[in-house]
Amino acid sequence: MSATATSSQAQSASFGGLQARAGSVMNPARIAIRNLDFFYGDHRALKGINLDLPDRQVTGMIGPSGCGKSTLLRVLNRMYDLYPGQRATGEVMMDDANIIDPKLDLNALRARVGMVFQKPTPFPMSIFDNIAFGVKLHEKLSKSAMEERVEWSLTRAALWGEVKDRLHSSAMGLSGGQQQRLCIARTIAVRPEVILLDEPTSALDPISTLKIEELIDELKHDFSIVIVTHNMQQAARCADQVAFFYLGEMVECAPAGQIFTAPKQKRTQEYVTGRFG
Amino acid sequence: MSATTFSPGAAREANASRALGRRRYRTNAIVKVLCVLATIIGLAFLASILFTLLWRGVGGLALSVFTTSTLPPGSHGGLLNAIIGSLIQTLLGAAIGTPIGLMVGTYLAEYAQGSAVGNAVRFVSDILLSAPSILIGLFVYQLAVSPFGGFSGIAGCLALAVIVIPIVVRTTEDMLRLIPSTLREAVIGLGAPKWKMIVLICYRAAKQGIATGILLAVARIAGETAPLLFTSLGNLNWSLSLDKPMASLPVTIYQYAGSAFEDWVQLAWVGALLITFGVLAINIAARLLLRRAK
Repeated sequence: MSATATSSQAQSASFGGLQARAGSVMNPARIAIRNLDFFYGDHRALKGINLDLPDRQVTGMIGPSGCGKSTLLRVLNRMYDLYPGQRATGEVMMDDANIIDPKLDLNALRARVGMVFQKPTPFPMSIFDNIAFGVKLHEKLSKSAMEERVEWSLTRAALWGEVKDRLHSSAMGLSGGQQQRLCIARTIAVRPEVILLDEPTSALDPISTLKIEELIDELKHDFSIVIVTHNMQQAARCADQVAFFYLGEMVECAPAGQIFTAPKQKRTQEYVTGRFG
Repeated sequence: MSATTFSPGAAREANASRALGRRRYRTNAIVKVLCVLATIIGLAFLASILFTLLWRGVGGLALSVFTTSTLPPGSHGGLLNAIIGSLIQTLLGAAIGTPIGLMVGTYLAEYAQGSAVGNAVRFVSDILLSAPSILIGLFVYQLAVSPFGGFSGIAGCLALAVIVIPIVVRTTEDMLRLIPSTLREAVIGLGAPKWKMIVLICYRAAKQGIATGILLAVARIAGETAPLLFTSLGNLNWSLSLDKPMASLPVTIYQYAGSAFEDWVQLAWVGALLITFGVLAINIAARLLLRRAK
């Protein structure tokens, strides 16, 4: 029945996704990815990716290990620049600037595109200083303005109530779930436009995971969010739009409801029903 | 049929594996005994040194050791000038060598990964780490003693600094490399330039390990004799001038222990006791620091 869709290549599949999205409510793109290729040395890890990341909505990226979803995430804030031999070609447009332009001011980009990692990465300093560290990199705030910013970001990250009495004790003493919310607070304190989440709950217990997912729901009112996850339920719960990656290609991108119930591609269907991956 | 051919084979295998088990058990026992014996021999020497030091040294411990400078034989001298001279040269040597070692170690860990220059620097530093200290003494003699016309305390400091550098380079690089790449990416991901990542986060994350390396370097130079023989020479009089020859505990021990005067030999034992327990204390402090770091 959907033989025409299944036989088509990745390129047209993404356009199939775009057509499907037209029916549902997707905001205009905050970041538009066009013909993106990525290379680790000679290995081509991303192949001709076309994808729109909608403004103030959540994009979930799923796929088996090594499919390129984390690689794509690390293109969006140029994290790959840290490592020699990694390069990207194509267009990743944010406003009028191409993110992968070598001349781009990386520190300014990373202030606009924040990232939260798989494992909590608190800095070896106090809770307050953890938040203030990122803010100080980009803004000069008075003491009271900084205190306000720290409270704001901790409140947004649903952590304020738990730490307000020990802002000046070490962040290393927090639990794993608290540390991860601290990292989210640290990221939003810089007031980015886009937040990248790289499997943010894979090292956390179910209750902390639930808190982070609720947080994502809350944060998408102000931030465009991209989340990489191995957990399909999580993608279904959190994401407005889901992109499925396989072997460096984006197989399908569609609203979350559609990709889990009526995927257009055979490979997507096999993956979301647990046939492989 | 397959069962009849199988069972004799299984029995043979069982016999063979029992024999193998016995042989392994025997080998294990022999290796274990040899290891314990070697440990006992090693520890016995160490215990004998510490015991002899305590036995010969504690008897000479008196307040005058810490309040009087070295004096001619028979006039109840102490070790004050040697103790102070050792403290000055050790601390100043560490103060000169540590910043250089820190910077080189940082360069190797953060900027020169996999580069040919970095590998060359690391190789040279490792050679320096195991170079005989008397060569370092001769090197500084050529550099800071003979051109300036005499032995001096500062030349001693320089020689000790040269010994400190490769130790601090090694530990700084090792400790910085232990920092997980996820922490680095988190700092960079906030939009921090690399130098801020190193100075504000990496140093802080590695500070206990780096401090341990510095302490171990201090412990090492506190007991060095050979590099000081050619540089600060030793001084039997009270002197704090860095441009004059300066006394130190190891050199005083070297001079007194070989002398014919009983009270000098006694003071050498006391000096050896002080140095040994000083170094022991620094090593214990370093271990505690490292344990806290982990």
